[in-house]
Amino acid sequence: MTADRVRSSLVTAYMVLFFSYLFLPLIIMTAATFNTSRFPTVAPWMGFTLDWFTVLWNDGAMWTALWTSFLIGVGVIVLAVPIGLSAALLLYRLHSKARTVLYAVMVSPLLTPGVIIGISTLVFWDRWLDVKGGIFLTVIAQSSFIAAYAMLLFMARLQRFDLTLEEAALDLGASHLQVFRRITLPYLMPAILSAAFIAFLQSFENYNTTIFVRGLDTTLTVYIASKVRTGLTPAVNALSVIMIGLTILGAFIYEIARRRDAARQESVKRRAVQADMALPGADYRQQCCRQRLASRSVSNS
Amino acid sequence: MNEVLRRYGPGLTAAIVALCAFWVVMLIVLPQLLMVDFSLRPSLPPAKLGGPEDVYTIKNYITLWNNTIHRSIFFQTIWASALVTAITFAVCYPVAYFMAQVARPKSLPLLILLLVIPFWINELLRTFAWYIILAFNGPLNLALVWLGILDQPIRLLGSPAGVIVGMVYVYILFMVFPLYNAIESLDRNQIEAARDLGSGWLRIHRRIVIPHAKPGIAVGCIMTFMLAAGSYAVPALLGGPSSRWFTEIIYNWFFEGGNWNQGAAYAFILLILCVGFILLMMRIFKVGLTDVAK
Repeated sequence: MTADRVRSSLVTAYMVLFFSYLFLPLIIMTAATFNTSRFPTVAPWMGFTLDWFTVLWNDGAMWTALWTSFLIGVGVIVLAVPIGLSAALLLYRLHSKARTVLYAVMVSPLLTPGVIIGISTLVFWDRWLDVKGGIFLTVIAQSSFIAAYAMLLFMARLQRFDLTLEEAALDLGASHLQVFRRITLPYLMPAILSAAFIAFLQSFENYNTTIFVRGLDTTLTVYIASKVRTGLTPAVNALSVIMIGLTILGAFIYEIARRRDAARQESVKRRAVQADMALPGADYRQQCCRQRLASRSVSNS
Repeated sequence: MNEVLRRYGPGLTAAIVALCAFWVVMLIVLPQLLMVDFSLRPSLPPAKLGGPEDVYTIKNYITLWNNTIHRSIFFQTIWASALVTAITFAVCYPVAYFMAQVARPKSLPLLILLLVIPFWINELLRTFAWYIILAFNGPLNLALVWLGILDQPIRLLGSPAGVIVGMVYVYILFMVFPLYNAIESLDRNQIEAARDLGSGWLRIHRRIVIPHAKPGIAVGCIMTFMLAAGSYAVPALLGGPSSRWFTEIIYNWFFEGGNWNQGAAYAFILLILCVGFILLMMRIFKVGLTDVAK
């Protein structure tokens, strides 16, 4: 009894320690933003100030970097989300050995260090295609791995896709483009939105890949890193605090949207099953459904 | 392929295949292949490209072996990344176990949210937080002196220990979640049964929890090691001359030495190292690629 109690209080202490370790650095960094000291620190405390936000606001280089990061983020959405979508749709329909190989190649950028993606993109596009480093090349380099994230998001959603909807539409004479626009695309819309969100965030945060392909352009992460090494003031903390605030806000919205969508999916499915059961011939249809599912899982494996 | 065509029609199929081909060929395969090709050629001025001197050579790879400084930084990077991986695992395992098996289901969403929040925050900003903590007049030195552990502040920034501490912090969440997911799927009854049959807690972990969590351990270790070995932000911010990282050498070949061929060779060596580590982990823990890339 006492041994158990000692152990459980030790475990609790460890968890408290662990979460302090996670959050204390962020709290210290935030606190240093409001210290008058010229160097970002919390001790000695020289008085509360909001001046560092003003300093940041008046820094023209920061605005340029922010604009560059924004352009790159939009570029990555435009390139990586359609690529990820096509790749998921293609893999969804392939059942051969080619699928395994293709899948391995497509997720390989996720298992490649970011610096290597930057280097290989730079070498290939600069030396063979004569495209110099800059915003365009950064979009290319970042998209090569962000498209893989997008693809995985689409594949997860397609797993729950009801194929019979497409079949029915095709049987009733819809064209392929109509089916895609009216059925597949609306079904995938939540995944498209989250893929765009994740793509922008990943792009905005990226540093390791960007430093090789940025050319003479400066993104916000590059700006922060250079400020830390030369001319560090708490203005960098002010920027960090804003970014952290926006990130947490974005994460909350993303989580809420995801949960709401999951709940809606669930209720739609439940209502459909209830309606189906209320109609005559339910047993027969259920059997057909089961058979079709069984045959599909056989052909998948 | 026929099924793709039947399902999406010729127009859509063409668009899908074109986008996929662009991605796979132009963004993944050709850059990697030509980086290797490039690393096997000497660095020449443009006028001599295609000339008699433009032949395949492994000279760029031999440089790493002959340059004792680069060689020692290379091995130091491997060793430090392995250390980061081991520390991260040791710190995370109890947390993951607690959350997956011990914590009350009611408090779980809050715990997960607390873990997710730092995960969303930029790697560079999390590194920067440690820059402030490790500073010569920073809170950590102050606390250590106040506690009487140190007589006077020491240089923490720029030391290898500083880089390792920062990396553990930055990459820890890539270990927690795979571990948690793996341990969570373990049936609690198995642990109860082992306990009823007289197993001590050490034995329960060694014989039941860890074997069950193998795929999660493999994924966590792969992610952490790969991120650590390929990290540029952490050593650039927290490191100094005594704690140089292999990625910094690669960067210097490109943007200070101006020898891209040499840099490409070093980058390929780093890639081989990471692929080797992935294969090693997959072999040790007997997991497949689909388990890893999730």
